[in-house]
Amino acid sequence: MKLEKAVLAVITTNKTKISGGAPIFICEDKNELESVAANLEAITDGIAHALGDEIFIIVKH
Amino acid sequence: MNEYTMPIIFGVTLGTIARIMMLRTDYRQYPTYLHGKTIHLSLGFIAALLGAVAVPAIMEMEFTAVTLLTVAATQFRDVRNMERNTLTEIDGFELVPRGKTYIEGIAISFESRNYLVIFTAFIGTLFYIIWNVYFAIAGALVSLFISKFLMSGSNIKDIVDIEYHPLHFEGAGLYVENIYIMNIGLPERQEEIIKYGMGFVLTPKNMNVITTIGNLGQRQAILHDVSISLGVFRDSGTPALTPLIKRDLDDGRIGIFILPQVREIDKAKEIIGAVPVLENAIRMPSESKKHNKEE
Repeated sequence: MKLEKAVLAVITTNKTKISGGAPIFICEDKNELESVAANLEAITDGIAHALGDEIFIIVKH
Repeated sequence: MNEYTMPIIFGVTLGTIARIMMLRTDYRQYPTYLHGKTIHLSLGFIAALLGAVAVPAIMEMEFTAVTLLTVAATQFRDVRNMERNTLTEIDGFELVPRGKTYIEGIAISFESRNYLVIFTAFIGTLFYIIWNVYFAIAGALVSLFISKFLMSGSNIKDIVDIEYHPLHFEGAGLYVENIYIMNIGLPERQEEIIKYGMGFVLTPKNMNVITTIGNLGQRQAILHDVSISLGVFRDSGTPALTPLIKRDLDDGRIGIFILPQVREIDKAKEIIGAVPVLENAIRMPSESKKHNKEE
């Protein structure tokens, strides 16, 4: 099966809200969150989507 | 030299001229290269030859010779395959792909142009043999005109109203007017998009158009043509910077988000307006019997 879309990573500052599945990156604050998301976006050729202030996901389209 | 030599030469020349006229290289840049053009001119010449010799064959009661035309039909169907294969192969390497529907449209028109060449050469030779060279020239002009007319479909501006709307974000959501485009998480990407992006809304003029512009192939064709003409601010590995078109489900309007390098609103409007309406995207729900049933 070929996946069309996949969540490659989850980046968050609030670790109580997440678990399991994709690789998880826990950050201290919003600045770190954004820089990690920007790096991961560039590395994985995915898009960083914001699910809220605390959670970003990287999705491959 | 016999009585058919001049008419055939006339027909072939005419057909080849018709092919040259129909082989335009414009902003779509296809076919661009000398080799691509040579292929089409040679095939056009063969088509013209077939059309021209069909007339003397009929005059001499050699009806079996006409079956040669069926071979021609097979031959030109291959032209369509050839175009389709080439374009599909290179489409994967376009920054903004053409899309399958557009490719199919191009391939079909390459095939049909050869038939128009056969038709033109046939008319030219027929008139030359029946009447004289002057009638043949007149008939030629008429058939060239008909070919020209048959080759030009309608454009997007005929079926929709185009308006410019600046892009804006609501949270992480990118919007063109009230049409949601996509979710962009990073503030720096959002700034880039606001800086380089442009938004347009196409409002359909009637019910048939809603389905036509909703077609994914038609939408991709719009994005491709705009990116070709205005340039595109993106690279491989930057999927966040992807021009997109989304639809307003309420009323069938479509919101276009583009990242052009030339950011001139009027020019962009003109270019969107000049995108061809793809044959394969045209739908006519209003022609349905169910709609037109007398109550």
